Amino acid sequence: MKRIPILLSVIVLMFGILAGCSSSTSERSNEADSNSETIDLTWYYPVNVGGTITEVIDKYAKDFNHGGIKVNGKNVTVTPVYSGNYDETMTKVQTAIKNGKSPDLSVQLSVDLFQIKNSIIPLDDFIKNDYEAQEMVGDFFPGFMKNAQTDGKTWSIPFQRSTVILYYNKDMFKEAGLDPETPPTTWEEVIEYGKKLTKKGQWGIELPATISGYWIYQALYLQNSDSNMMSDDGKEVYLNTDEAKEALQYWVDLNNKHKIMPEGVLDWSTVPTDFIEGKTAMMLTTTGNLTNVKNNANFDFGVAFLPGNKRVATPTGGGNFYIFKDTSEERQQAAFEFIKWITEPTRAAEWSMNTGYIATRQSSYETEALKEYVGAFPQAKVAMEQIEFANKEISVYEQGKIQKIIHDALQAAINGADVNETLDKAQAEAEATLKAYQ
Amino acid sequence: MRRSNVVRENLTAWIFLLPSLIFLVMFTLYPILSTFISSFYKSDLSTIEPIFIGFDNYAIMMKDEVFRKAFINNIWFTIGTVPTSVLLGLLLAILVNRTFVGKVMSRVFFFYPVVIPMVAVSFIWLFFYTPDYGMINSILKLIGFEELNLLGNSGTALLSIIIMVIWKEAGFFMIFYLAALQNIPKDLIEAARIDGASKWRQFRSVIFPLLMPTTLFSIIIATTNAFKTVDQLVVMTQGGPNNASNLLLYYIYENTFRFMDYGRAATVTVIVLMIMVSIAAIQFFAADKKIHYS
Amino acid sequence: MNRLISISTYILALLWALPFLGIVFMAFKDSSEQGYSLTFRNFIDAWNAAPFGQYYLNTIIIVIAILSVQLITITLAAYAFARMNFIAKGFTFMLILIQIMIPSDVLIYPNSNTIAQLGIYDTKLATTIPYFISAFGIFLLRQTFKGIPYELEEAAKMEGCSRLQIIRNVYIPLAKPTYLAFGLISVSTQWSNFLWPLIITDSDENRPLTVGLSMFAKASDSGAQWGIVCAGTLFIIFPLLLAFLLFQKQFVSSFMQSGIK
Repeated sequence: MKRIPILLSVIVLMFGILAGCSSSTSERSNEADSNSETIDLTWYYPVNVGGTITEVIDKYAKDFNHGGIKVNGKNVTVTPVYSGNYDETMTKVQTAIKNGKSPDLSVQLSVDLFQIKNSIIPLDDFIKNDYEAQEMVGDFFPGFMKNAQTDGKTWSIPFQRSTVILYYNKDMFKEAGLDPETPPTTWEEVIEYGKKLTKKGQWGIELPATISGYWIYQALYLQNSDSNMMSDDGKEVYLNTDEAKEALQYWVDLNNKHKIMPEGVLDWSTVPTDFIEGKTAMMLTTTGNLTNVKNNANFDFGVAFLPGNKRVATPTGGGNFYIFKDTSEERQQAAFEFIKWITEPTRAAEWSMNTGYIATRQSSYETEALKEYVGAFPQAKVAMEQIEFANKEISVYEQGKIQKIIHDALQAAINGADVNETLDKAQAEAEATLKAYQ
Repeated sequence: MRRSNVVRENLTAWIFLLPSLIFLVMFTLYPILSTFISSFYKSDLSTIEPIFIGFDNYAIMMKDEVFRKAFINNIWFTIGTVPTSVLLGLLLAILVNRTFVGKVMSRVFFFYPVVIPMVAVSFIWLFFYTPDYGMINSILKLIGFEELNLLGNSGTALLSIIIMVIWKEAGFFMIFYLAALQNIPKDLIEAARIDGASKWRQFRSVIFPLLMPTTLFSIIIATTNAFKTVDQLVVMTQGGPNNASNLLLYYIYENTFRFMDYGRAATVTVIVLMIMVSIAAIQFFAADKKIHYS
Repeated sequence: MNRLISISTYILALLWALPFLGIVFMAFKDSSEQGYSLTFRNFIDAWNAAPFGQYYLNTIIIVIAILSVQLITITLAAYAFARMNFIAKGFTFMLILIQIMIPSDVLIYPNSNTIAQLGIYDTKLATTIPYFISAFGIFLLRQTFKGIPYELEEAAKMEGCSRLQIIRNVYIPLAKPTYLAFGLISVSTQWSNFLWPLIITDSDENRPLTVGLSMFAKASDSGAQWGIVCAGTLFIIFPLLLAFLLFQKQFVSSFMQSGIK
């Protein structure tokens, strides 16, 4: 019997080792609380673009921690926690809140607002009494603040933001006898150009219909309609208006009628690959792909405003900062100070160059570094200029389910279902889903 | 004295079993119970505290189109993968159960897909199915078909995934059949041959009946797999286009982690559990009648 | 006739091999060159694009941790079921068998709640703990233990060995083939595990290879580059294929054993 204790201690030890591997960040921040000298913030952030983004973030954190910013006389430091892509960050935050171990702040999709509204705080009180903060809010591109505000309050601060843009292959334009400096600007021109650009082994244009395909569809919707696809309070959607149906029909016709797009549902992540590999002459996708395309395309490419129909328009996209409710007021103030610090114009400019996202501050484009970058790589400017035509990305209660309803409808129509019926059905489903919030 | 021995034996046995039982309760027994209870509650983003609603979740699921689609798909997926991969396994086993040049090599080729992770398999086939690159498309083009976006069409998405799963699983069943074939007494076949039975006749009347236990067992494994693996959907289609390739476990996954609709997740989990239990019941029944392992 | 069968076997084998040859072809293809030229760049790029070294380490830790705990739990339980008499033995055994009937893969919803309640989200413990027992392993080992002559245990008892010493000195050495079979299956299953770690991990420190690969290949704002994705895929299957080729016989017989539930 004398071996039992040994065996047990082996088991216990094993648990100890495994538990030791856990990085329980919240515990860390609680410890920091008891130590009255510093406030250590936990910051969940997602990475949605390729490259070594985590290193850039770690460098920011290091700089900030040596920056000597104080709240109530205590040093503020930040610990960034990489939390996967946007979906996973959402899961992680929800789980953390469920466990009463909420982070201090996070970067999540600007459209996640309604999904986490019960767990975050509005930021108006911080902004009201802080001249710097007011200046900051005024300096963001107004288009980026749209998804941050509802009920007359500001709930989040823009960080990594994007829009949909048109990418086109200049070499192919030349080859087809088109002027590489005048990309299509209207829906009709897309079809006209597309027909010239389509040949064996090469398509005119590609629009992705998975992952964030709903967002590309929203761009078409906005171009065809004066109003957006949802109400500002996030409780209603308008998926089956005539304008919505026309927009979807246009998408479907690109393949069915005009034969300038491959048939079937195109995958979000393979569309840029097709563009880089020269399988398609144009594509619509996020500005977040700019750095990727720039690094990998071995041809001359251009980016341009989205071709319009009734108007030129794009939804915004990307992530904002949120501050959470379940911490002390002091920590919330500290989190806000960090947000102010990291969104300073020079840092916003640097972040944009590292990722391909649009710099969120207007004055970033006045900084030397970004001016120089844009000078050498003018494509980076197009996205920024397009913000003028940017609208709110769809953001509603039950965001996940509503997105799925739109995706299902989009994919059904691409696969040949009747556009009218499909959107009527989608609207009915969406209304049923949102009924609880009326 | 004797009594204290019994007590001691019991005590030791239970100490030995304790670690296993703790984990069994934590991750199998208690979860089954708690899911069952959760399935009677409405719990989603619009409800702050779960509300008891009796069997309403089940009624909602019966009317939910996506669930119904996933359920029907799962049945098709089972019908598509189970008999084919099992039969193919048998065929492969017969093919490699001979002496010929390249026997070992052939077995390796048929078996390697079993060893590699489903995620890796999904990426490999995602590449093959992508229009413009994939080998599948080149072959289709050769025989005069238009280029097909196999995963992007409702008509072909599930079928494409079924073919991939067959490719991955057939080798697994080949191994079982190979073992079974080698255990068949040679003189039985010899006797049949002397009786003048044709090759096919030998197979049908002598070999196949003897392979019955293996077949039954393979079918049950394949069926269970059809309900417990959705790695390929995460990588390849996310259940699309328009739910054409959606399966029950993926439905649970989405409702739990994307929609935070715990009531639905629990309800569908219960439904899947009931399917699993029925499969096990069939196994039990069949094992009782026909198969005697141990 | 025999010739024909051989030829069709070759054709089928080739068909089976094609997908693998295809990604090997792509992984070594230089995408910046026209035509085909050999390069290692994809592997280097893939390796640099994501912390594959860390993922390897994580997978290895996870696989070893699960196997070590499993070996302890299944040995003790299998011995109890094979050689001891205790109250509610049959009932307990049935309970254990439930785990074979209902694989934990389908219990993602309740099990993720349990992990949340334990407060161990995004840890290696969370990734491994649901697999700490294996009903299949207990079953397999119990059969083997039952087949070991009881006289050996009696003889050991005579010499004054305790239960644990008996297990250690008599049963474990004689059950080595079973342990090997179980080990291979456990390792290859856990190496391939995807959905559970995907759900329960959120940081590079804890992600296994399978999850790391899917994160890296599907980073949603940038496209998939086939050469690099293929190279990444080879990273995760290479060790398994190597092990398979080296231990071909054991692998095959292990998987065969796994059939005998």
